[in-house]
Formats: sequence, C-alpha cells, structure tokens
Amino acid sequence: MTIGAYLAVASILFGIGAVGFLTRRNMLIQLMSIEIMLNSVNVLLLAFNRANPGNHDGQVFAFFVIAVAAAEAAVGLAIVIAYYRIKRTIESDQATLLRN
Amino acid sequence: MSGPGAALFIVTAIFAIVGAIITVSARRPLRAAMGLLVHIVSLAGMFLTLNAHLLAALQLLVYAGAIVVLFVFVIMLIGPETETGSVEGMLVSRATAGALTAGIFLVVASSVASYGGAWGSIEDDFGTVEALGTAIYKQALVPFELISITLLVAIVGAIAIARSKTD
Repeated sequence: MTIGAYLAVASILFGIGAVGFLTRRNMLIQLMSIEIMLNSVNVLLLAFNRANPGNHDGQVFAFFVIAVAAAEAAVGLAIVIAYYRIKRTIESDQATLLRN
Repeated sequence: MSGPGAALFIVTAIFAIVGAIITVSARRPLRAAMGLLVHIVSLAGMFLTLNAHLLAALQLLVYAGAIVVLFVFVIMLIGPETETGSVEGMLVSRATAGALTAGIFLVVASSVASYGGAWGSIEDDFGTVEALGTAIYKQALVPFELISITLLVAIVGAIAIARSKTD
C-alpha cells in the first residue's frame, strides 16, 4: 500500500466525523464524531512516522492525542449529564442557557 | 522498500469507514456507540500495519475499554431521552453544511490518494514498547508529566460538573 491510501482513508474518516458533527444535533453523537476526527488524525501521524522511521515523534504525538481524547470525552460526557439535568434533553439546538 | 500489509489495510479501512458511517447516521446512540467500537477496533488493526504495536494496544485499552464504555454508561444513565427525533430541524442549513464538508473532504482524499512517497526502512524495534517508551521518556518527559496532570484535572472537573446541584 502507498502512503496515499492511508492519507485518503484518514481524509475520508475526518470528513465523516465533520459531517456528523455538523449535521447531527444529538450531543452524544456529536462527541462520538469528535472521537472519529481525532482517530483519523492519529492515522495520519502514524502513517507519516512509518514513512520517516528515523525517530518516534509521530507515535509520541499520537500517544498524546489519545490521552487528550480521553480527557475530552470525560469532560464532554460530564457536561452532557449536567445539561440533561437542566433541560431534560440532549439536543444541542436547545442549548440556549446563556442567550438571555 | 516493502510497504505494510495490503490485505489487512484494506479490510481494516473498509471496517473503519463503515463503523464511522454507522456512528454518524444511527438514530439510536447505543447503535452509534457500537459503530464507534467497530471503527476503533479496525483502526487498532490499521495501526498494526504501520508497526505501531504499542499504540494499537493503547487504542484498544483507552478507546474500546474506557471511552466507549463511558459512552454506554451515559446512554444508560440518561435513558430513552438520548434518542432525539427522526426529523432534525433546520434541514436546509444542515444539508448544505454536510454536503459542503463531504465535498471538501472527498476532494482532499482524491487529491492525496495519488501521493506515493517511499516507506522508510525500519529497525526491528520500531514501534515496540521499549522503543516508544524510550522516545517518550527521552524527548517528551515534561509533556508526558503535563498530560498526567491534564488527565487528573479532567477527572476532577468531570466529577465537579456531573454532580453539581443545578436546580
């Protein structure tokens, strides 16, 4: 396989995640779309690190991306729970608490 | 240079894309979580073709073992309210945004697909636990400690947000 195949798959995955984030209004599915986008970036980092294997910089970056994604999921799901307590829904269109 | 295994790459790429499509298109969040699980496990297989053994294991542990389970717990806590209606409002703007984004990324994917740079030749220990651990502790020790603080702060923040009295 060429590097281009990996780049194309990562671009398609990022596009699917971006479309999901923009078109869904279910907060849980929007968070899952963010996870898909972070995963696609990991594929890119690992593919380029495999193409230039003199050091492990790409893999170290992917390691940090995984750690940050875990922190982001924990905080995001806590926000979803707190939001559901107030509004009794998880539709992001209803998130108007700061508007007035 | 012999590139990564083609058969494993093709299978994992198909499963990763199908899992991602299930995730963003499912009506029920539990089905979306299962699609995310398929996506994550196939990406762990794709990491294996790139000689990233430790990261494939971490992907399974952190994503499949922690994040998906966290999603399923939240879905169970909230219950049937997690399923929003089938008609999601503002259809025109949503369709426009989705079509534009999909078009942009399809163009990007088709333009980068023809890039055929050479794979470098790798040492035997590339991507193993020992080599990656050495790289992290030699080059990125301070960021590694900072990320542990970040995770601690995220845990404390998540508890503080989720259990606060709101009404």
